[in-house]
Amino acid sequence: MSQQTELPELDSIGLLRYTWRQLTSMRTALILLLMLGVASIPGSLVPQRTQNPIQVGQYFKDSPELARWMDRFYLFDVYGSPWFSAIYILLFISLIGCVLPRTIEHFHAARAFPPATPKNLSRMEHHSTWAANGTELDVARAWFKSKRFRVLEKDGSISAEKGFTRETGNLFFHLALILILLGISFSSLFGMRGEAIINVGERFVNTPTSYDTLNYGKLYKDANLPAFMLTVDKFDAQYNLKTSAPEDYTLNVSLLRDGKTVVEEKVIKVNSPMTIGSTRIYLQANGYSPVVTVRDSKGDVAFQGPVPFLPQDANLRSIGAIKVPDADPQIGFVGSFVPTYVRDANGGGATSAFPKALDPRLLLAAWAGDLGLDSGVPQSVYRIDTSKMLQVGLKSLKPGESFEYPGGSIKFEGYIQWVNLNFVADPGKKFALLGGIVAILGLLASLFTRRRRIWIRVGSQVEVAGLAKNGAPGLDVEMEQFAQMLKGEK
Amino acid sequence: MAVYTLAFLAHAVETAWAVKVPNDTTKTLDYKRTEKVARVATAMMILGFILLFAGVITRGVSAGRVPWGNMYEFSITGALAFTGAYLGALRKYDLRWLGLLVSISVLLTLGTAVTVLYVPSAPLVPALKSPWLVIHVSTAIISGGVFLLANVIAAAYLYLDKMESKGERTAWAKRLPSLELLDQLSYRLVAFVFPLWTFSVIAGAIWAESAWGRYWGWDPKETWAFITWVAYAAYLHARVTIGWRGRRAAWLCLFAGSTFLFNYVYVNIWGTGKHTYSGL
Repeated sequence: MSQQTELPELDSIGLLRYTWRQLTSMRTALILLLMLGVASIPGSLVPQRTQNPIQVGQYFKDSPELARWMDRFYLFDVYGSPWFSAIYILLFISLIGCVLPRTIEHFHAARAFPPATPKNLSRMEHHSTWAANGTELDVARAWFKSKRFRVLEKDGSISAEKGFTRETGNLFFHLALILILLGISFSSLFGMRGEAIINVGERFVNTPTSYDTLNYGKLYKDANLPAFMLTVDKFDAQYNLKTSAPEDYTLNVSLLRDGKTVVEEKVIKVNSPMTIGSTRIYLQANGYSPVVTVRDSKGDVAFQGPVPFLPQDANLRSIGAIKVPDADPQIGFVGSFVPTYVRDANGGGATSAFPKALDPRLLLAAWAGDLGLDSGVPQSVYRIDTSKMLQVGLKSLKPGESFEYPGGSIKFEGYIQWVNLNFVADPGKKFALLGGIVAILGLLASLFTRRRRIWIRVGSQVEVAGLAKNGAPGLDVEMEQFAQMLKGEK
Repeated sequence: MAVYTLAFLAHAVETAWAVKVPNDTTKTLDYKRTEKVARVATAMMILGFILLFAGVITRGVSAGRVPWGNMYEFSITGALAFTGAYLGALRKYDLRWLGLLVSISVLLTLGTAVTVLYVPSAPLVPALKSPWLVIHVSTAIISGGVFLLANVIAAAYLYLDKMESKGERTAWAKRLPSLELLDQLSYRLVAFVFPLWTFSVIAGAIWAESAWGRYWGWDPKETWAFITWVAYAAYLHARVTIGWRGRRAAWLCLFAGSTFLFNYVYVNIWGTGKHTYSGL
């Protein structure tokens, strides 16, 4: 025999309501929280585009098929992926749905009186009874008042409750988490992040074209860029003589703000960025720019100036490219710069023994042909596509030395340092910080407050009992004190 | 020379604990008879704590900065925090049965630190030169010490639970406290230190904002700190709101603690990211 259960029919509103209840239940929130934790694991094991684009590229080179599949599941952009966003958006909807009704309920509960003393106190925990002498109610009232219990007095009994801070703290903690998330979203809408490499001695004017990379939040416009101009005056790096590890970086800049006529002298260090309005400027990296002069066969200057090279190791062995598109045929130099020249012990080429420029060398390979700049394919400024070029010479240069190759010459004039500055506008961070502080305070309040009720009824006998919520410890001790005090033993 | 002093100190600490281990084992045979030995063992533990504290201070002096710049220094300070957490909890509860486990794990940590992780003291790289180093790292180390103590207790819970379900406790386990007490204790340790861990993560975020230009970047270390935070948050919710107790809670506690250890070991040694400084 089969029995058919009739399910109540769900209309669309009922279904919505059901979904909402499920979503905002504590269990769902907890599962989502754990899922968020688990979902963030792959991002720490697989390189991420935002942090390590070079390693991601290596994945694509080593096993392109696998990498393509991984990319399909956003494994290189975990924290911006739809599935990661889905989890945290659901979690926060769940959180809001959980916390807001509780806040309203708590607000009402905090203003209400505690519920009346139960009829049968002997059923409650911590129950004890003894003969009355008549003054107990007054003593108890004073005691409750001094301990800041909220009380309800009725028919010779007092019902007292304390520990609302627990729920208040709990709610503040969760509201603060929502505030942190709002702060983050606010920054992603109205924030901005850019990078620029600037040679020492050069000027940076804050316009979009001055940046090497520039990312705006969805609602950030060119016009939001604060107007200023800064000149990199001096950069000083201190290194440990034994380990080559950097010890201190100091950058001196002159800043001219919009509408000001006075140039301000500022210092930027690694842990102390410069602040202009809501934009902060960070010293992120540094390196060397060899200064060269390239002449054609007639002796006319085809190129002159510093070219930033990219550091490859802790001793600042740097690589880069010098492109001379105006020469005919076009000339390119694939180069590496070593600040302190030594021969590689493993039989390789030149390498650097120390990050300061004690014995600088510029090692060049000259190529003639088509640089491919007009092909429309974006090119790295640090590399040359030599597929359509011919090598015409190899040379290692000390400062002041020249190298003549068929069709021209290059002179290594010297070097200057460059700094990489990070420009960040993060208007939401103060909300996130506020959220963080409130979260900790709320957490402390909720974890270290005990919520409990104490009752006393006085007739011919005194009856007391207590109840601790969430099984919080310590009520037995408190009840003992309470009873002793009532009996006048203390 | 400071380095030699330090090695000597570390070995002295090791010896102190080595002496303690046999004492503690004999103690369990007859509780009353060995009360004196137990006291000696605790005294040894305190002496070890003081010596290790001196060792950490010497290291700081020899490097001319707070001794929290690399994994060797984290390990010795972590061992110090772990012992401190144990001794602190000892003031309130009779945890001397735990002394054996605590001393062995400290011994192992120190052994690894001295042999594998040792690097000569050196100044800090520029990014680490900030008052936040003291705040962020000290709170993280203290949190770690207490988390691990909670973990050891949760593991002891699971072990005893298994033993009891098979029948009687064996002789040496008789003087361990009841399962409920262990359960309560590991919860209280976590509840006590979770706000500190939250603070440590936020302090790290504030520092990251001033050093790296963003307060959160899903750097592997940050990610795992977040995972640890989530795991402990889930643990607290499971206990307080859903009312998990006993075995399930202990497993969750162990899981959360292992995310912390993973962060410390894996991310420091094999991980990439901005938290890797000076090799180890």
